[in-house]
Amino acid sequence: MLDGVTRRFGTVLALQDVTLRVRRRELVALIGPSGCGKSTLLDLVCGLQIADAGRVALPDGERTVLMPQGDTLLPWADALDNAALALRVAGTPRREARERARAELDALGLGDFARARPATLSGGMRQRIAVARTLLSGAGVVCLDEPFGALDAITRAEAQRWLTSTLAREPRTVLLVTHDTEEAALLADRIVVLSARPGRVVADIAVPLATPRSATDPAVLAVRERALAALGVDR
Amino acid sequence: MIAPLLVVLLLLGGWQAFTALEDVDEFLLPSPTDVLTALWDDRGLLWDNFRVTAGEMGLGLLIAMVAGALLALALHRWQPLRRGVYPLLVGSQTVPIPIFAPLLAAWLGFDLTPKLVIVALVCFFPVVVPTLDALTTADAGQRKLMRGLGASRWQTLRFVEAPAALPALFTGARLAIAVAAIAAFLAETAGSESGLGHLITQSIPQLETARAFAAVLVLSLFSVTLYGALALAERRLAPWAQLPKGPVL
Ligand SMILES: Nc1ncnc2c1ncn2[C@@H]1O[C@H](COP(=O)(O)OP(=O)(O)O)[C@@H](O)[C@H]1O
Ligand SMILES: [Mg+2]
Repeated sequence: MLDGVTRRFGTVLALQDVTLRVRRRELVALIGPSGCGKSTLLDLVCGLQIADAGRVALPDGERTVLMPQGDTLLPWADALDNAALALRVAGTPRREARERARAELDALGLGDFARARPATLSGGMRQRIAVARTLLSGAGVVCLDEPFGALDAITRAEAQRWLTSTLAREPRTVLLVTHDTEEAALLADRIVVLSARPGRVVADIAVPLATPRSATDPAVLAVRERALAALGVDR
Repeated sequence: MIAPLLVVLLLLGGWQAFTALEDVDEFLLPSPTDVLTALWDDRGLLWDNFRVTAGEMGLGLLIAMVAGALLALALHRWQPLRRGVYPLLVGSQTVPIPIFAPLLAAWLGFDLTPKLVIVALVCFFPVVVPTLDALTTADAGQRKLMRGLGASRWQTLRFVEAPAALPALFTGARLAIAVAAIAAFLAETAGSESGLGHLITQSIPQLETARAFAAVLVLSLFSVTLYGALALAERRLAPWAQLPKGPVL
């Protein structure tokens, strides 16, 4: 997917010689200290930025979609219109887009909130609607930028379980940016650890465990240890 | 609602007492009861002139909102246009209305048109500035989302920027009400046969000061009503915007 990619902003070197291969239907977690270029990497994958060196390549015919960092639901639209946004942008008429969004929200257990505006929803629900909107784009490669980063621990755990079951229903190739080793160990098939700026791949940890996983499972804890060690965090 | 009422009552009481105790001539400073009497006695006259001024203000403001929104969209869409036109827009605010208004009356006649031009011209600026700001500062995350979905500029405008700017358009219009009243007044004094501004400028030399005060009262009550109507419209059309709940005034 990425081959020797370098990206700089003026004199700031954000990413340096990053090579990343992702298999179909694989969930790769990208972790690294803040400012190491994680969001930049997703922009490159989604074609929103151009690499200064190296190559970005997607499998033939695959499309990418980005769920940007932060809360990007549109406050003036209800959950249904928010979820339908990707379809609308693709040219689907409003009625049909809303119908398909409604079916998706129902399938993902979010049907009760279809008519609610974001302001009336909890943070956890908002991020789930945003994930549903991302999936509804139909893109095969889904880039999630710290989707649950702003949630409290309990809400985040629920949202993570929800994501696991959602991806079991709708398998996609996923690049999940997180700064949370637990999230990475719970969700990922592979964890790619980036160094502090300039971002370089410092570890590539396979996680051959079945999902759903438990945060207290010794095997999961062992994966976290390895990720933390690669980040240079002492425990 | 209670507090402002109390303040007004207190001020009116003081005013009434002052005119009574000092025995001020009615044509120099009419007492509140003189004004109320004039309001009742001249109700027909006030109503006819009120309708003229209300039309000028309401329609002028509406024109300013439509034209202001369109200009904001255009300036947002074309950066060179923005660099070229924005300074002119600021400059237009320095045109002295009292000098400009009689000229317009001479060019366009004594009917509604020159008044609408002046009201719209004056209201234009407070409408365009916040609207344009809101269009350009729409949330960066939402823009990125749209780019990531492959949205066109038009789609980004339609789904993100325009809704984000709608509350600002109304804020601008509410600010513009204050200048709309002044503009309508000045436009009428420059040349017209009707309107509250015309009535006021006529009443003073005729020593009908109470009538002039009554006209001012009607004008400010209308401004307050217009403000409330705009706030209500905003709440209906942009219910997500964080307007304080409760009464609109
Ligand atoms: N558009 C930009 N212009 C200048 N510098 C940028 C830009 N985007 C990101 N950077 C810089 O690149 C580095 C990586 O940013 P980012 O990818 O957002 O990091 P992360 O998502 O890992 O926290 C940061 O130091 C940031 O300041
Ligand atoms: Mg980031």
